[in-house]
Amino acid sequence: MEQFLGDYTFRTVALGTAILGTISGALGAFAVLRRQSLLGDAVSHAALPGVGLAFIITGSKAPLILMVGAGLAGWLATVVVLVITTTTRIKYDGALGFVLSVFFGIGLVLLTFIQKFPDASQAGLDSFLFGQAAALVEQDVITIAILGGLALVVLVLFWKEFKLLSFDPEFANSLVLPVRRLDLGLTTLLVVAIVIGLQTVGVVLMSAMIIAPAAAARQWTDNLGTMVLVSMVIGALSGVGGALLSTSMSNLPTGPTIVLCASGVVLVSVIIAPRRGLVWEQIRRTLQARRLRSEAILLDLFELARKHDSYEHPHMEAALKVMHPNASTLRRQLRSLHSKGLISVHSTGGWALTEEGMNTCKGLLDKRVR
Amino acid sequence: MANAIEVRDLTVAYRESPVLWDIDLDVPSGGLMAIVGPNGAGKTTLIQAILSLIKPAAGQIRIFGQPYRSVASSVGYVPQRGSVDWDFPTSVMDVVLMGLYGRLGWVRRPGRNERTEAMAALDQVGMAEYAHRQISQLSGGQQQRVFLARALVQDARIYLMDEPLQGVDATTERTIIELLRTLQSLGKTVMVVHHDLQTVSSYFDEVLLLNVRRIASGPVSEVFTEANLRLTYGGRVAIIKGAS
Repeated sequence: MEQFLGDYTFRTVALGTAILGTISGALGAFAVLRRQSLLGDAVSHAALPGVGLAFIITGSKAPLILMVGAGLAGWLATVVVLVITTTTRIKYDGALGFVLSVFFGIGLVLLTFIQKFPDASQAGLDSFLFGQAAALVEQDVITIAILGGLALVVLVLFWKEFKLLSFDPEFANSLVLPVRRLDLGLTTLLVVAIVIGLQTVGVVLMSAMIIAPAAAARQWTDNLGTMVLVSMVIGALSGVGGALLSTSMSNLPTGPTIVLCASGVVLVSVIIAPRRGLVWEQIRRTLQARRLRSEAILLDLFELARKHDSYEHPHMEAALKVMHPNASTLRRQLRSLHSKGLISVHSTGGWALTEEGMNTCKGLLDKRVR
Repeated sequence: MANAIEVRDLTVAYRESPVLWDIDLDVPSGGLMAIVGPNGAGKTTLIQAILSLIKPAAGQIRIFGQPYRSVASSVGYVPQRGSVDWDFPTSVMDVVLMGLYGRLGWVRRPGRNERTEAMAALDQVGMAEYAHRQISQLSGGQQQRVFLARALVQDARIYLMDEPLQGVDATTERTIIELLRTLQSLGKTVMVVHHDLQTVSSYFDEVLLLNVRRIASGPVSEVFTEANLRLTYGGRVAIIKGAS
């Protein structure tokens, strides 16, 4: 571990993956909230032919050139999706699936074609499939930092517009905000976030970097700003964690490792996050069930007492057992009601409502009528 | 009395069939108008057309004699409650502040003045104590009141509301009706898509009966008749109390 942190190559790789995780976390939050997670998947797959074409045309493997190619192809894919959904009766998910597979297919054909080139300069392009963090050099990191930084600046500048666009585009439209251009802008930022991660994470799994940190972050907060920040941190940590693991063990592909790290965070978040987590949900349900059961017993005592002149008329446990067959639960509930002072135990061993219990019953019945 | 909204020969069509067909409508300034009609009559579409949210196939709409774009800041919109995701990570205050985004302009963030205004609007709909609630924790009626508060901060001259009374509790209904009266007393023009024929006469003074075509419009006392209702609902309408 220490030897890695001191290592220049590793520091470069960690910095690169941290930055790309941060950017994809931020833009991913908006994509997830706008239900555009699958658009991210389509864009990343669709970027592959762009990488191939950029290389064929320029013969260069400079990160910026390949990223521009990938970005243009990814962006073109979103336009094609838009055109298909607005001009034909094909639905959004159909258009996404179609565009994803067609573009990805062309990309694979181009990569195979490039591999037959006589010189060896094509080596490394296939790392775009599953990602290759170890190949990150200083020049890549600088490119990632500049593009990602620009995307974040735009996101912050138009924060409130993007927020309204994501929550209620129709209302934004009624305020004569340029909704279509804002939509295009936010989608373009998403394309940038995807493109800067392609070489490291790979086209196949890049969409997980968009979805996972955001999905995990949503579990922990109810505030958009906080959600974006948490998502950025999760993205960065997953990026560094995955890069660290895949660099320290040979033959461990970077993309899948990063994605597994992010997925781990999602799993933990879905289970233990307060309020939205599964554990929390289960506790709440159990408590609610217990409360409803004890209310039911109280109301049954109320019903039984109504047949007598006084609400203090006691009834034996056996009478309640008819309605609450689980004896141990019934006894526990009776004891709990007793400790709350809602019922009293009679010398004969019967149970009766106290005045407070009576009032509670009236309150409950009132609420039900309303 | 001058007209706040004038609609001429408006036709809106999705694919082949018209949703609104050759609508002419005058909404008097300061009027409180209900839009009623069966499902699919084009009530929401009419509101959206006035707000320029959809492009009509033909016809034109003038608001205070001008196209929507130039008077957008004078028009407040209360969309249907179900049109947004209420699990969105934001607070009641944030949603109300969105009503001021048009006025704030680019880049500027809402500040203390805007928060004060939003708080006043929330107070007006009885939601001040919920300002910092997450919106997913609200009941349907409370969601509706938040949307109303968001329109109120727009301080508009015309309010267009899509089914604000749909499925709300009694408290919310009372609050909204009081609010409509207040808006009217301030000289605002209000159009409300409404579904409860029983209450049209007591809540509104103008009514538009709509079923793809304009069946009738004008003062409730004149046009809210059984004959017109039959024309609107195609004879499927049962006894209407309060219809003259």
